[in-house]
Amino acid sequence: MRHFLDFEKPIAEIEGKIEELRHLPESPDMNISEEVERLSEKVDKLIRSTYAKLTPWQKTQVARHPGRPHAADVVAGLITEFVPLAGDRAFADDRAIIAGLGRFEGSAVAVLGTEKGAETEDRVAHNFGMARPEGYRKARRVIELAGRFGLPVLTFVDTPGAYPGIDAEARGQAEAIARAIEACLAAPVPVVSTIIGEGGSGGAIALAAADHVLMFEHAIYSVISPEGCASILWRDAALAETAAEALKLTAEDLKKLGLIDTIVPEPLGGAHRDPTAAIAALGKAVSTALAPLSGEPGARLVARRREKFLAMGRAAPAA
Amino acid sequence: MNWLTNYVRPKIRTLLGRKDVPDNLWHKCPACEQMIFHLELAKNLRVCPNCGHHMRLPAKERLASLMDEGFATIELPAVPADPLHFRDQKRYADRLKAARAETELDDAIIVAHGTIGGQRAVVAVFAFDFMGGSMGTAVGEALVAAAKLAVLQEAALIAITASGGARMQEGALSLMQMPRTTIAVQIVKEAGLPYIVVLTDPTTGGVTASFAMLGDIHVAEPGAMIGFAGARVIEQTVREKLPEGFQRAEYLNEHGMVDIVARRAELRDTLSRLIGLLTEPAARRAARPSAEVLALPGISEG
Ligand SMILES: [Zn+2]
Repeated sequence: MRHFLDFEKPIAEIEGKIEELRHLPESPDMNISEEVERLSEKVDKLIRSTYAKLTPWQKTQVARHPGRPHAADVVAGLITEFVPLAGDRAFADDRAIIAGLGRFEGSAVAVLGTEKGAETEDRVAHNFGMARPEGYRKARRVIELAGRFGLPVLTFVDTPGAYPGIDAEARGQAEAIARAIEACLAAPVPVVSTIIGEGGSGGAIALAAADHVLMFEHAIYSVISPEGCASILWRDAALAETAAEALKLTAEDLKKLGLIDTIVPEPLGGAHRDPTAAIAALGKAVSTALAPLSGEPGARLVARRREKFLAMGRAAPAA
Repeated sequence: MNWLTNYVRPKIRTLLGRKDVPDNLWHKCPACEQMIFHLELAKNLRVCPNCGHHMRLPAKERLASLMDEGFATIELPAVPADPLHFRDQKRYADRLKAARAETELDDAIIVAHGTIGGQRAVVAVFAFDFMGGSMGTAVGEALVAAAKLAVLQEAALIAITASGGARMQEGALSLMQMPRTTIAVQIVKEAGLPYIVVLTDPTTGGVTASFAMLGDIHVAEPGAMIGFAGARVIEQTVREKLPEGFQRAEYLNEHGMVDIVARRAELRDTLSRLIGLLTEPAARRAARPSAEVLALPGISEG
């Protein structure tokens, strides 16, 4: 079953009609293939116009679309010889963060991703992409490993945020996130991060204090979810749409603010319509981002990464 | 204040024959409900003399209580105001204006330099009464400035936190203060200087999950609420009652996240002693002639 978002209903209706027509037997009274073609053109136009002017709230829904490529899909699509790594060497393996070594375009890299999971059962195993301290400690471990062996680090972020649970707090969620950020900043190797879906707060920046940060066109990146922001600042979670506008959480906004480096275009109608094409586009963009960083001395990478983050917010954003 | 207004004030009024007895002469301890005379509370650094409950201490009073006489505050680096043109029920620009007028501070942090019990220190203290001590670009920039000042003065950096977390009105810019303040910590650590965090009530969210959990030493005030996620969010997520003392200083101490739970009255001595102990080897090295350092026993030439 295809999953349609509320604002995609008119698109769904026409596509439904097309589907019906395709199942009709050819009849002399009406030219089915002509009608299918006419409707296909119509739906194409509609998708184009709808996706050309998505509101921040609509983008939030697209970013959370269950059919969107997840970190595991990106790894499957872009990384060869992938060897998954598990565990923080202290307490557990947290499947909300996937980690491993592999090859990107033939060269060895370390890979990290927050993974929401695909089917219901899988989603529970991955805790819906909300990591516990063990996840961030595993990330730190893998970043340090990559640093020692000179491997670039690629991260793919898609998380509603760090897990807000009793156990997570008891084991030092805040400290684990802080140390992951520190590890990203201290890595003497290129770090390239992409926000592929939801970039939720501390749980996202833990894996995204990078030399180069990319964002999918319809991904979001925010200090708090629109719902959370609405319930705190407007005292009404129903005003999430208003909060989404105010938070400036779209890729375009973040680029303007100078907080991300590259926007990766998505296939027409969003990455969920054509995950394979989306992943291929992402691969090209990551490759372009990584090229000038490869071979740079570690100390220079670290110094430049610092300068980049220290410069953020010092000047007023371009209008 | 009801108890006071209803019973005490009329009596005092009749006794003194005055109409304008100020409301704030007496404070009720939120923990034990004891009424405390304001002068006694101030003398006791806003710690209840009856039950020991630590009430929030305004940033300026904190500095005065901790640092030796003669400390100075620095002007906070200027940053673009309201970069998102954020507006919720009020405009962020107006909220900032109101907070500045009310607290006479530029933002939710003060940076001071001087000594603590004779030990050189740069102190960055959060002002919780300025928009809940939330961390936006100004706070992040102040911490970076504090770190650089500590390196320049070869002083310890002390961060005293009291914050609800990120300043939502600055959107993802406030999120970026997590790596930015982490860099500030790295600058101090690389210079071989101590970085000590004093966690006070409350310290949550993006502040806890960045520089506040990266100290060489973590000190916390008794009963202080310290955590990443808010208690309400956790309750809604796990749908169970939170354990007794959850996210309090003592809980973090038991769970290995805080070295010392120190009463406010002991804080100055604790910090001064820690800085003294951590910086002594450096001082000794500097005092010794370098040849002596190189002539280690057991290493011979050839
Ligand atoms: Zn009391």
